[in-house]
Amino acid sequence: MRTSLLQGWKVRTGLGVIGFFVLLALAGPWLTASVPGLDPRANDLTAIGLPPSAEHWLGTTQFGQDVLAQTIEGARGSLFVGFLSAVIGTALAILVGLPAGYFGGRTDAWLNFLSNLFIVMPVLPLILIVAGYMQGTGLWVIALIIGFFGWSGGARTIRAQAMSVSNRDFVLAMRTLGEPHRRLLFHEVLPHLTGWIAAMFLQGVIGGVMAEAGLAFLGISDSGAISWGTMIQAAQQQSAVLRGMWWWFVPPGLCIALVATAATLVNFGVDELANPKLRTVRQRTRRPRGSEAR
Amino acid sequence: MSTQTAHDTRPAARAASGDVLHVTGLTVEYGTDGDPVRACTDVTFTLRRGEILGVAGESGSGKSTLITALTRLQRPPAATTAGSIVFHPRDGGPAVDLVTASPRTLRALRWTSLSIVLQSAMDALNPVMRLGAQFADVLRTHDRTLDRKAAWARAAELLTTVGISGDRVRSYPHELSGGMRQRAGIALALACGPELVVMDEPTTAVDVVMQRQILAQVLRLRRTLGFAVVFVTHDLSLLLELADRIAIMYAGRIVELGTAQELYDAPRHPYTRGLRDSFPPLRAPLWRLTGIPGTPPDLRRPPSGCPFHPRCPQRFAGCDTHLPVLGEAGGAHLVACRLDDGDAAATGTERTTDGGDR
Amino acid sequence: MRRWGFLLRRLGFYAAAAAAAVVLNFLLPRLMPGDPSSAIVEELQRVSGQQVPPETLESIRAIFGDPDQNLGEQFVGYLGQLARFDLGVSVVNFPVPVSELVLQALPWTLLLVGSTTVLAFVLGTGLGVVAGWKAGSRLDSVLTPLTAFLSSVPYFWVALLALWVFGFVLGWFPLSGGYDANLAEGFNLPFLGSVLHYGALPAATIVFSAFGGWLLGMRNMTVTTVREDYVLLAQAKGLSRGRVILRYAARNAMLPSFTGFAMALGGVIGGALLTETVFSYPGIGYLLFESLNKRDYPMMQGVFLIVTLATLLANLLADSLYVVLDPRIREQG
Repeated sequence: MRTSLLQGWKVRTGLGVIGFFVLLALAGPWLTASVPGLDPRANDLTAIGLPPSAEHWLGTTQFGQDVLAQTIEGARGSLFVGFLSAVIGTALAILVGLPAGYFGGRTDAWLNFLSNLFIVMPVLPLILIVAGYMQGTGLWVIALIIGFFGWSGGARTIRAQAMSVSNRDFVLAMRTLGEPHRRLLFHEVLPHLTGWIAAMFLQGVIGGVMAEAGLAFLGISDSGAISWGTMIQAAQQQSAVLRGMWWWFVPPGLCIALVATAATLVNFGVDELANPKLRTVRQRTRRPRGSEAR
Repeated sequence: MSTQTAHDTRPAARAASGDVLHVTGLTVEYGTDGDPVRACTDVTFTLRRGEILGVAGESGSGKSTLITALTRLQRPPAATTAGSIVFHPRDGGPAVDLVTASPRTLRALRWTSLSIVLQSAMDALNPVMRLGAQFADVLRTHDRTLDRKAAWARAAELLTTVGISGDRVRSYPHELSGGMRQRAGIALALACGPELVVMDEPTTAVDVVMQRQILAQVLRLRRTLGFAVVFVTHDLSLLLELADRIAIMYAGRIVELGTAQELYDAPRHPYTRGLRDSFPPLRAPLWRLTGIPGTPPDLRRPPSGCPFHPRCPQRFAGCDTHLPVLGEAGGAHLVACRLDDGDAAATGTERTTDGGDR
Repeated sequence: MRRWGFLLRRLGFYAAAAAAAVVLNFLLPRLMPGDPSSAIVEELQRVSGQQVPPETLESIRAIFGDPDQNLGEQFVGYLGQLARFDLGVSVVNFPVPVSELVLQALPWTLLLVGSTTVLAFVLGTGLGVVAGWKAGSRLDSVLTPLTAFLSSVPYFWVALLALWVFGFVLGWFPLSGGYDANLAEGFNLPFLGSVLHYGALPAATIVFSAFGGWLLGMRNMTVTTVREDYVLLAQAKGLSRGRVILRYAARNAMLPSFTGFAMALGGVIGGALLTETVFSYPGIGYLLFESLNKRDYPMMQGVFLIVTLATLLANLLADSLYVVLDPRIREQG
């Protein structure tokens, strides 16, 4: 399974792009510290609002900061929030979805009601309100809030899959034999859901990055932290659009879009693997006789 | 329910004159330009007006491919690469080759001349349309003068011919039982009075009692309406009762073609014999059931020579190098086996060493 | 009738969800650290430079917590406030009631988000059918990865780009607002024209960012549905191509899109609210943005309540439509 998954160009490209940004986030501090002129927080008053040049590859901000350095540093902030919120959201989704699917009945009815509730609620405004009360919060708290409110879709998937695994003969047989529920849940059912959980986690990371950007854009962020969202927000606040400083807000948004597209590509590949019907047949160049039934 | 056997209806079928379909050298390939897989190879047969031709074979024998090719419902990567399927209309109009017919010609022929019953009616009926609407759209497509009300009335009438109450036109497919759906599928196939109905294992999804009822209905309707049937199934014993003639398919080829009686009494191909002996007869003294050892060949790497030779209990030297062709061997009973090639016929089993090479 | 049973169950669920939203709205300020209600009162006094009138004080306490009452009493008082549609007064726009500001902004958002959501759904679903029907074709192999990218782009960033290109560089569209402030508001042609002119760019960016998601979902469903036997049979029936695609393939393929509506709607609305912010569009989203920036808690609470209830209502509508579209209704998960 693993080899065939990596054979598709979609999965390979997607994982490659994500890997690149993860490396960037990890190596960011070292990179910005060791390369001169690449300090994301340094304000160079002689270079204010400059377009891209040999000196500043992606130009500078209204505060004389290097956009490239900020974009690199922003990868760290954005991906940190993305990963932490995905960990929390995935954990909650498993905690709610797994027992719901496994036990069924009344447990399921309540847990499912809970996740449906969070599915139909507009989560972004909810997060905004909560974050709004916690003024001046750091990236940690923002990740916590995003994870705490962003588990419902995943719980729904986990529930459906847990239900189908729990109804397989081997689980039913072990249940009849009196195997403890905890053991069955975590040693028999959960391992079968690994693929789904991985896909969910990836979606969670992207959701987290997007939500952080949205929150930062609305001004809910740690004033000292740098993420792709805070960059766009700063650009918006300094009227970068009206000053024509496109180099300020284009790179961070493009990075978000790239990471999210990469995740979508990976999910495409996984979908096609799970559902062979989605695999498309390359059209034959030679026109076959009598095959234009569609 | 009719309890007559299929044999009694045959004279009626024979009475109809002329042929409705000539299939010649039909070859269907799947797949990439590099190494296509041949799912049907050089299939040739004639279908008489009002006749029931059974096509039997294991899964992977090319039966389903043959169906989509005959009805030209195949989708890429499947493609007909050789041969012709010539349809002769009842009204004496010009013959049409279904393989090369334009989509427009084809659309006009569909359902009025050529219809199909699929294996599972549950999947073949649109789940979000009422039964009547699924009849009405095809009726009104092929008869522009028919108004909505008349079309629905005709749908109710058609349902009653297969023993379903006419007020069921208002039902959705999921509101019908499995047997009802299957019969509705047959009624639908007959909606525009076709000359040829292709049936793809239409009774595998229902229980045995329902199966008998449906088959009896098919025979009765065939007698009154006179359409010809190509009936595809893996169940040879069912065909022995139902069909006038039977074609046995193996690895994409027809290996034997003869009347049901001939195939039942004197099968000539070892594969046909194996197939006959692996099903319990429905109305005959029991005999010992035997299976056919081995599995059907992988069509991506077909065996050399006769495709059946690796499993054949009567193979002899040369079977693995010489491909037998479907030849004339007494009357209309055709068989593709070297046992039948003249002198080899009688003593086939002994001739494993001294070679049949010519 | 089973479909009425289904609708009643859904109605029950949305009623429960609405109740939960109200409870949440009641609890949030009370769970937060500090004492929002005294903070708000202090802020009001600072802004207005005078003592807060007693009835305003009472209304704020009902919404944000009253140290003299227990939770039960507070909740009863809160429900009473809601029943009178009293959402408190805005701190920033003192002494204008929140309900008045929300009601002013709501039509703008309904117009913008409502029309663009429907448009994005129709456009995405329609193109998805085409891409799915011709899966593997050149159109599909270009359109599908492209939309995967488009649907991954943050709404507000697309809005910024659009504003920069079409508003700033090309100057085709105004840079902010919902209408020309020099014109008299009302049902006159120049004013309505300016509404269209100002709304075009925000609307286009929302449609642009939202339709990709629908397209991808519909494309994959169509690819799966096209292989169903009933589509094959429809072709065998000699029906016209359009009829096979619309009444057989697309008609069935679109059903999951409707069940997915609930999942997607929250995100779409959130994204649309951010878009309003970029364009300073006088809707709910901009109101929310302003209240967040200026710590206008009564406004935040009011906007959240209205947005939640509107979302639930839209979901209920989608569910009702689903009942009409699928005769085999059953409880979804």
